[in-house]
Amino acid sequence: MSAVWIVVIVSGVGTLALKATGPVLLGGKPLPDRFAGVVGLLGPALLAALVAIGTFADGQRLVLDGRVLGVGAAAVAIRFRAPVLLVVIIAAAVTATARAFAG
Amino acid sequence: MAETSGDRGFREGAVAVVPMAVAVFGFGLSYGVLARAAGMGGVAPVVMSVTTFAGSAQFAAASVLQAGGAAATAALSAIMLNARYLPIGVTVAPWLEGGVWSRLLHAHLTVDESWVIAAEGTGRWNPRVLLAAGMGLWIAWILGTLGGVLFGNVIGDPTRLGLDAAFPALFLALLVPQLRSRERATEVAGLRIGAPPPAIAALLGAAIALALTPFAPAGVPIVAAGAACLIGLRGRR
Repeated sequence: MSAVWIVVIVSGVGTLALKATGPVLLGGKPLPDRFAGVVGLLGPALLAALVAIGTFADGQRLVLDGRVLGVGAAAVAIRFRAPVLLVVIIAAAVTATARAFAG
Repeated sequence: MAETSGDRGFREGAVAVVPMAVAVFGFGLSYGVLARAAGMGGVAPVVMSVTTFAGSAQFAAASVLQAGGAAATAALSAIMLNARYLPIGVTVAPWLEGGVWSRLLHAHLTVDESWVIAAEGTGRWNPRVLLAAGMGLWIAWILGTLGGVLFGNVIGDPTRLGLDAAFPALFLALLVPQLRSRERATEVAGLRIGAPPPAIAALLGAAIALALTPFAPAGVPIVAAGAACLIGLRGRR
């Protein structure tokens, strides 16, 4: 079997195992009360990490490039309650423009 | 079964996911182009989008293969990037009805965006919204990948279009409404901080992720950032 198909199969099985462990083992049973506050904060913590990595990380390096301007413009659009699709388009357009000027 | 999971249904989830599905379709196009260029062929990227269904992980695997990395390295980096789905799966688990197959389906359709759309606040999730949003994203991701591998030559290099910045912007738009809270201050280890708990968790999560990026393999910083939610741990009462 080729390397590509090994990657497809192993990452597919591994990902489903990660996603399904909670739902299959704990499905339908409420979590203990003291964890309720914790799971509610997982969203903000993970989303903020995804924003930070997506804006500043290039592999294992932290860089400042056109994405900073794009995400900054998106933040302004969010502040003025722009719809999500517009926010995404603004981010992509500003980043692409910055890259075009940077050569 | 936990008692209530919100009033929204399948239809509300399907409507809410449309703007994100458009972005995911574009991201899928660029994945298809890059995966093909990385020598994955035309069929394997589409099969991977059906089965692995996780954007950043699939990009990582393709880039490892393109750089001439081993299959084990590529698969491991994809799995590590998806490690956050272990805690994410635990958060939705209490709200899933039905048997094992139904729960497996919901689990497979749980990705960052569907998880956020299905959140009802204060640690509750809506399984009908999760299913609808997840299906919309899944279809968009598969069709995007298919378009990318078929028409890659016409589309060219997608990073020129700034699509890589679309995702942090999308996650920021999803994050901001979650920062509101009834609590005005946070108590951590006896300290009282004058900001709501979600804002503190977000700042802490971003800081952890950035601090670890230069030292830890991709994916690990995001999972470690999840530990910021522990500031919400309540003592036994």
